[in-house]
Amino acid sequence: MSHAPGAAVIAALVAGLTLGLAAMVAAGAGSLWPLPADWAALRFTVWQAALSAAFSCLLAVPVARALARRRFAGRGALIALMGAPFLLPVIVAVLGLLAVFGRSGVVSDALALAGLPPLSIYGLHGVVLAHVFLNLPLVTRMLLMGWEAIPAERFRLAQSLAMPEGAMFRHLEGPMLRAVLPGAAVVVFTLCLGSFAVALTLGGGPGATTVELAIYQALRFDYAPARAAALALIQFALGAGAVALGWAVLRQAGFGAGLGRRLAVPAPRGWRLGADALALVLAGGFLLVPLGAVGLRGLAGLGDLPAGMWAALGRSVAVALTSTAVTMGAALVLALAVARGARGWRFIDAVATLPLAVSGLVLGTGLFLTVKPWVRPEALALPVTVMVNALLSLPYAYRLLLPEARALHADYDRLAQSLSLRGMARLRWLVVPRLARPIGFGAGVAAALSMGDLGVITLFAGESGATLPLYVQRLMGAYRMEAAAGAALVLVATSFALFALFDGIGRRAAP
Amino acid sequence: MKASILALGFATVASMAAAETPVLTVLTYDSFVAEWGPGPAVEKAFEAKCACDLKFVAAGDGAALLARVQMEGAQSDADVVLGLDTSLTAAATATGLFAPHGQTWANTLPVPYSDPDFVPYDWGWFAMVYDKTKIATVPKNFEELAASDLKIVIQDPRSSTPGLGLLLWVKAAYGDKAKDIWAALADNIVTVTPGWSEAYGLFTEGEADMVLSYTTSPAYHLIAEQDDTKAAALFDEGHYMQVEVAGKLAATDQPALADQFLAFIGSDAFQSTIATTNWMYPAVTPAAGLPEGFDRFRPAKSLLMGADEAAAVRDAALAEWQAALAK
Repeated sequence: MSHAPGAAVIAALVAGLTLGLAAMVAAGAGSLWPLPADWAALRFTVWQAALSAAFSCLLAVPVARALARRRFAGRGALIALMGAPFLLPVIVAVLGLLAVFGRSGVVSDALALAGLPPLSIYGLHGVVLAHVFLNLPLVTRMLLMGWEAIPAERFRLAQSLAMPEGAMFRHLEGPMLRAVLPGAAVVVFTLCLGSFAVALTLGGGPGATTVELAIYQALRFDYAPARAAALALIQFALGAGAVALGWAVLRQAGFGAGLGRRLAVPAPRGWRLGADALALVLAGGFLLVPLGAVGLRGLAGLGDLPAGMWAALGRSVAVALTSTAVTMGAALVLALAVARGARGWRFIDAVATLPLAVSGLVLGTGLFLTVKPWVRPEALALPVTVMVNALLSLPYAYRLLLPEARALHADYDRLAQSLSLRGMARLRWLVVPRLARPIGFGAGVAAALSMGDLGVITLFAGESGATLPLYVQRLMGAYRMEAAAGAALVLVATSFALFALFDGIGRRAAP
Repeated sequence: MKASILALGFATVASMAAAETPVLTVLTYDSFVAEWGPGPAVEKAFEAKCACDLKFVAAGDGAALLARVQMEGAQSDADVVLGLDTSLTAAATATGLFAPHGQTWANTLPVPYSDPDFVPYDWGWFAMVYDKTKIATVPKNFEELAASDLKIVIQDPRSSTPGLGLLLWVKAAYGDKAKDIWAALADNIVTVTPGWSEAYGLFTEGEADMVLSYTTSPAYHLIAEQDDTKAAALFDEGHYMQVEVAGKLAATDQPALADQFLAFIGSDAFQSTIATTNWMYPAVTPAAGLPEGFDRFRPAKSLLMGADEAAAVRDAALAEWQAALAK
């Protein structure tokens, strides 16, 4: 078993930051047992997150499969646009969805023409709809990478054996799905655990209270840090439970190495072509029409953007680029160490997923309490935002890298060893080229997550120093809805450009 | 490397030079310091007469402000906190972190208001705001609203000050009947949002007929957008008020400057900036009067609970609200 000192140090840092900061919030007061209302919130939180994860994963399978085996004009653009919903600031995504599914949305207008009452999006179904809108693209992309990672030779072998599609699914696609889907489901589930603006706004009332809202209330409204910590602990346990469950059903696909040639996945004709087309049209419409609405609203507001927006944009991009560099460096080191089964890999693997289960609000508060005795918090607003964003996007980047890092190790380690390919040379000639696609996609996701994040900066920002999401929120808070929509469009366009840039570099650099 | 050491040296010298001018730090909410908010004008006017550096630190929204004060405790760098409202002042006083203000200037609020620790700087009436071109019959109280099929969007009292204001409004107007009003309102409420901006955004998108906001909201549309379609529904049971206040922290290292700032709040230079930047009524009506639109929707009756009363009814009112709306 090999040592991985770098990975161990990073893992210790991550564990210290997540657990240490949560402890910082809890410090000084005994824990409080949750109130009855908290248990109701807990049930709702788990239920909506489970439904959201299930629907996102189930619906992503036909879409990813259609994308994997069909070639059509605009395919690249569609795949790239799939990144966009994930990057939308929450309230902007909600307003985009409402333009389609709301009481005065397109669908309700159409129903009115037919003499039917307007659609009601408010309720559990609305919450799940919004979470699927936000997460379906992410799962689709994860699955698409899974399909692309099945060596083309396996498909050709299956074809030359005249394998029927059922058998092909059982031997090739099924194992791949078993390897990818649990991880994807865990990511969506934990993401939705932390949701509160979507859940409350579309949930239609206090019945749709999530644990995160109770944490928010405890921290920002009542200032009861012990209660917030107790709630955060519950949420943490839920996230950790989901991760453990994901592990339990996770299987390695083990396709072995291919020659790395890019060949199209076999594309059956007949009714399956129609089914694929339908999946793509439905998913495309579901994702792109609300995005179009966001774009239209934003265009109208581009005219009266205040001057301060550009500075906020600059800060956001700088934060996003820095935290992406930190995230990807850490994720790569951790994924490679776990992939080669370095000493303590189980610990490292658990720690890399840890930030997923921690509430950003609790992290931010812990950091605030930690730095407060020494420095003015507003002086640290941007560095702290970089650090927390890097920490919070680490699990995504790590999860994206790990399956392919494992495959890389299984397939190429012996070859690399026999060639004495080590250190930087191995990184340059083997790791980075073979992992280019997940590295690019992971960096895109990390950059976009960081661009859109609003959790920590609200605690630390001073007179100036607002990032773009905070700026959008400030505009909305001052009646300036049109300007806010314009600034949100700039935010989305920039996040998307960063995402597409990294993702594109990764896809182009891949063999 | 040498260059960066040099730069560090310059930075140190520069910050030492800056330290000679006294700094007054005012902790406030986000929208106060925004470039379109009152912050920039207030800073300029106060610095012109105080020979000091006025610095604003933003701490999220109004509700988060008190949490921030408690989080920082006595070690806070802030000297003055600006932006608490009357539903939070009892809790703020109970922290023991605030000092009596000693100000004697008189405010022009429609109800008598004075507090030993806090001075008011602006105020407003909560109101249901609607689009005149879309609603024919406007309800005259919560009972009529509940009986109508109008759709409204409100804010969550657990995360937003207007939401908490509405809770106290219904309680102040209906007392023990408040829970029946909420039960009757349940089918009118499209949804409950975490904060004011989400609710107002949903309203402007046409998701609801009415939104909980302020009687001065239509004035914003009238003055800033030349849009005369918005109106505030006047309710005959009275309108609950939000009074926004400022207070001096006991641990301030600039007590004289802080007092000077609290006195400045009562002056025309401060008060005349409020109406069209914060879209609330100034605590002292400015010499030049109020802008157009501020006199259009004046309720006949104002409701306001004392700080202790508001704190005392809050938890029970919240439980009623949750029970009535969590179907």
